[in-house]
Amino acid sequence: MELDSLYQQVILDHYKNPKHKNLNESYTAQVHHVNPSCGDEITLNIQVQAGKVAGISWDGVGCSISQASTSIMTELVLGKDIDSAFEILGEFTDLMQSKGTKSGDEEVLEDAVALAGVSKFPARIKCALLGWMAFKDAVLQSKDKLGE
Amino acid sequence: MSKKFDPVEVRKDFPIFSKVMRGNSGLVYLDSGATSQKPREVLDAEREFYEKNNAAVHRGSHLLAEEASAAYEGARQKVASFIGANVDDVIFTKSATESLNAIAYSLGNSKSGSRYEIKSGDRIVLSEMEHHANLIPWQQLAKRTGAELAWFDVDSNGRLDLSNASELINSRTKIVALTHQSNVLGTINPVSEIAAIAHKVGALFVLDGCQSVPHFPVNVQSLGIDFLAFSGHKAVGPTGVGVLWAKAEHLAGMEPFLFGGSMIESVTMTNATWAPAPRKFEAGVPNMAQAVGLGAAVDYLQKLGMANVAAHDEELTGYALEKFSALSGVRIIGPKDLKDRGAVISFVVDGIHPHDVGQVLDQYGVAVRTGHHCAWPLMKKFGITGTTRASFYLYNDFQDIDILIDSIDRAQKYFKV
Repeated sequence: MELDSLYQQVILDHYKNPKHKNLNESYTAQVHHVNPSCGDEITLNIQVQAGKVAGISWDGVGCSISQASTSIMTELVLGKDIDSAFEILGEFTDLMQSKGTKSGDEEVLEDAVALAGVSKFPARIKCALLGWMAFKDAVLQSKDKLGE
Repeated sequence: MSKKFDPVEVRKDFPIFSKVMRGNSGLVYLDSGATSQKPREVLDAEREFYEKNNAAVHRGSHLLAEEASAAYEGARQKVASFIGANVDDVIFTKSATESLNAIAYSLGNSKSGSRYEIKSGDRIVLSEMEHHANLIPWQQLAKRTGAELAWFDVDSNGRLDLSNASELINSRTKIVALTHQSNVLGTINPVSEIAAIAHKVGALFVLDGCQSVPHFPVNVQSLGIDFLAFSGHKAVGPTGVGVLWAKAEHLAGMEPFLFGGSMIESVTMTNATWAPAPRKFEAGVPNMAQAVGLGAAVDYLQKLGMANVAAHDEELTGYALEKFSALSGVRIIGPKDLKDRGAVISFVVDGIHPHDVGQVLDQYGVAVRTGHHCAWPLMKKFGITGTTRASFYLYNDFQDIDILIDSIDRAQKYFKV
């Protein structure tokens, strides 16, 4: 069924048991993003230290795609230096815009390749990107604050 | 009145129902609250206008200009009789959203001392169940003028709390703007009752008829309202055309909102005077083919009979409410009884986000709306981020509802809730 290409088991697992979904008190930036077309919201805290993502935590409401995607993203970027985290972000954004033509590099994207099917459902791409865009924004705001 | 129609026969008039949807399913279209599908008559009317009569209306001395003007004004006449209005009180806009903005901007343009002037200290009364299109234009008018906003609360059954109506609509109230039927809850509001309270304090009553005019007989005279806004595209008509109706005295007394060609009486380099309504409120070359298409839509609805459309809606809604009540883990947001209730059912499925419900339904060809339905404050009131909404119309039947119910069950199995 076409639906199975969208909702892979790993997505449903992350949806049921999201990672780092518990806002950490200390952060260098906190952002709040909404998806105005559906009302989904996310608050994301990030701790940037010595050019690395030293901490990331989030809370929010959203569909299985947005929740799973955010959960997977936090696992991927935690502990990485900003440049490599942004490379992953770029790779993921490309995958989402691929209209089903790419399957994603598992070496780079790990669990996030499970979201490849989302690119065939244009209305859901924004769901998958919600957490990632919040992450990008939070990093940029941290950099501004830290004067990096 | 014509005999009740058969939705399966009606569907044959709508070419889109031959579409093959995801999962190789036929189309089960349950999103008419967002926009309705269009019958062949409407599509033909638009095409025929472009092929045979196209010219700018009310200008030009040629045959096409005459024919285009006659077709456009003929559509106005059809719409006027459809809502029990005088033909000169019907304004064509591009959408219901524009109609509502036009009222707000026109009132905001009033000259000092005019009865239509909105000032600091005046009050504008709305309700918590308004669509953003009947909320934000008033919010903005309030910000521009210093007027205050007040609103009717919605109770847990999705009905307006009218207990404080006479305190809410006080002597400072200039405008009461309300939806006839909630696009989320399906609730039909007691319009005449509230309009009477508004009139007692000299306030104007604005009705958002987007969800009512396409679905049941609406007569502007018997409702006792001052303004009505609705869109063509929810009433089997084309996109790009909406209607603003107002009492003749208001159209005469109010300032226009858009300025330009067509709407003038005379113009100098420093001044201009206005043509009488409806031209006063129709600046520029209008959406002619779309207005003509709306005329055909109104003909189509009248051929079926609006009382029949309403009865059909009610039958479907009654059937759906019964089916929904048997589902576990599914909660209806809105009235659970048929009284004063339209053909819209919003629901939440425990443990599944509306987007995911909608996605599974799509796999079975079922088209529904998901999200906040342009009624964000109402979602907050119910403590939810969104709902899944099924809305019914003249081409739907019991089988559509059976497929919807089965698909909800499949969604629950898929997400193991």
